[in-house]
Amino acid sequence: MTTTDSILTVEGLNVAYGGRSVLRDVNFGVARHEILAVIGPAQSGKTTLMRCLNRTIDHIPGARIQGTVCLNGQCVRSSGTVEDLRRRIGLVTPLPVGLPLSIYDNVAFAARCAGLRDRAELDHRVEQALLRAALWDEVKDRLDQLGTRLSGGQQQRLALARALSHHPEVLCLDEFSIAIDPVTTMRIEEILRELRSELTVVLVTNLLAQAKRLSDRTLFLLAGEQVELGPTALLFGGGGSEKTRDYVEGRFG
Amino acid sequence: MNKPAESTNPFRETEAGARQRRLESRVRLALAGLTLLLILPLVAILVHLGVEAWPALRWSLLVESPRNGMRDGGLWPAFVGTLYLVGLSLVVATPVGVAAAVYLHEYARDSWVNRIIQMAVINLAGVPSIVHALFGLGAFVYGARLGYSVLAASLTLAVMTLPVIITSTRESLAAVPASFREACWNVGATRWQTLRAVVLPNALPGILTGVILQVSRAAGETAPILFTGAVFFKSVTPGDLFAYRLDEQCMALAMHLYTLSTQVPGVRPALPAATAVVLLGVVLLVNAAAILVRSRTRSHRRW
Repeated sequence: MTTTDSILTVEGLNVAYGGRSVLRDVNFGVARHEILAVIGPAQSGKTTLMRCLNRTIDHIPGARIQGTVCLNGQCVRSSGTVEDLRRRIGLVTPLPVGLPLSIYDNVAFAARCAGLRDRAELDHRVEQALLRAALWDEVKDRLDQLGTRLSGGQQQRLALARALSHHPEVLCLDEFSIAIDPVTTMRIEEILRELRSELTVVLVTNLLAQAKRLSDRTLFLLAGEQVELGPTALLFGGGGSEKTRDYVEGRFG
Repeated sequence: MNKPAESTNPFRETEAGARQRRLESRVRLALAGLTLLLILPLVAILVHLGVEAWPALRWSLLVESPRNGMRDGGLWPAFVGTLYLVGLSLVVATPVGVAAAVYLHEYARDSWVNRIIQMAVINLAGVPSIVHALFGLGAFVYGARLGYSVLAASLTLAVMTLPVIITSTRESLAAVPASFREACWNVGATRWQTLRAVVLPNALPGILTGVILQVSRAAGETAPILFTGAVFFKSVTPGDLFAYRLDEQCMALAMHLYTLSTQVPGVRPALPAATAVVLLGVVLLVNAAAILVRSRTRSHRRW
């Protein structure tokens, strides 16, 4: 996988909070339309990596970042506004967040922030996003209800709909399934497979089985170091380095 | 005790359970008693005031001017004066206070300058009102050349109420979960869009609570307005809502109460009591309005 056909490239990324180093010399590229899984135990810097991709790391006081992250060959720090960047790289967080707005407003929020006011176009976008997140059938009759009243699994799909509503090129999912039931998880995984024709997905997960069944390639992070990046089949088939083998086979530590 | 033949009910209370329950009910009774004790002074004040003021409580009290060296007549100039002072001070203090709190909590980075500002705000809230009065006299009456006026007095009250409004606004902003802000940023919302759509609407009930608390304070304080714009007596048209110009001095209920009680010989005791009742009424009225707004916004937004 060369960097030329990569949609997203990370080079020499180092992040420290205060004096504590969280990511050290991370380098990888994500190919267009691939699903890349990022695995690794707690404290290995997975969430920090996601925050670097869409620059929400900027909101964390005391974070020092070195290295470059490029989207389509354009460094995320120099291309356009940070808000534009975040519309191109969607992020779904581990815990479902329904904003305290109506379901409709939850999904229309991104488009409205981008300046869209046309009601018909908003209606269309909301419907499309909810359809793609497999939530439309459950909420189409009560779009004016508060998003926070939905169940956890529904709220996570609502968050997914919100992330899809601005048509991102890359969708980052940070442990999207830790707070939801297996059935909903499977539905979202199904959606991700369907969406891959139009999307590139970076999937952070603690569920090794999820990485195995969903991703094309897997990146293994350990305590801020990039241990290995390779085809998922190879890494999970025992073809990786010793550390990777220990981790994926549950013989860690 | 646990002989199975004795009872078919598996949920029958045990000896230890009964003892526990008796103890619990005794403690609950004691706590309820203490709570009742707490509201006793309030009830006592209200009853005492009500009984004292009863002979003087008439509608004309509200809409007439004081007569006969303030021994007769009504309270209109003081009533309107208090409305002016409280209203104007809140109109000044609320936007400034909320804006300051929003800046401090949502925009400012954590630096030593900001920590000093925060400490200053907290300490400012503890400054006695007589000191605020002196400050108002120096800064607004003389410094800004506003003279003894409604405007100078309102600004002094605004400075006095500002720190509490800032602090309570900060607290209510902090109570809005950080995950809401992050969810907004993640879809490309600016800080301002996040604030407007999600943070401020959800902080509003708390912000209003802070403002409500300051209404009572601004209406009740005497020292700051005594130094900067309140007078013993001023003749205005009774029933006129626009009784004062901003550069005039005015009467105020708290001040009037003090005057009636200590400065005027031969006042019926019912009159100061009635003044106190009206003062309480004004505070309760404004509070009720704010509480209404608060409960409405609360029922609209819930997570």
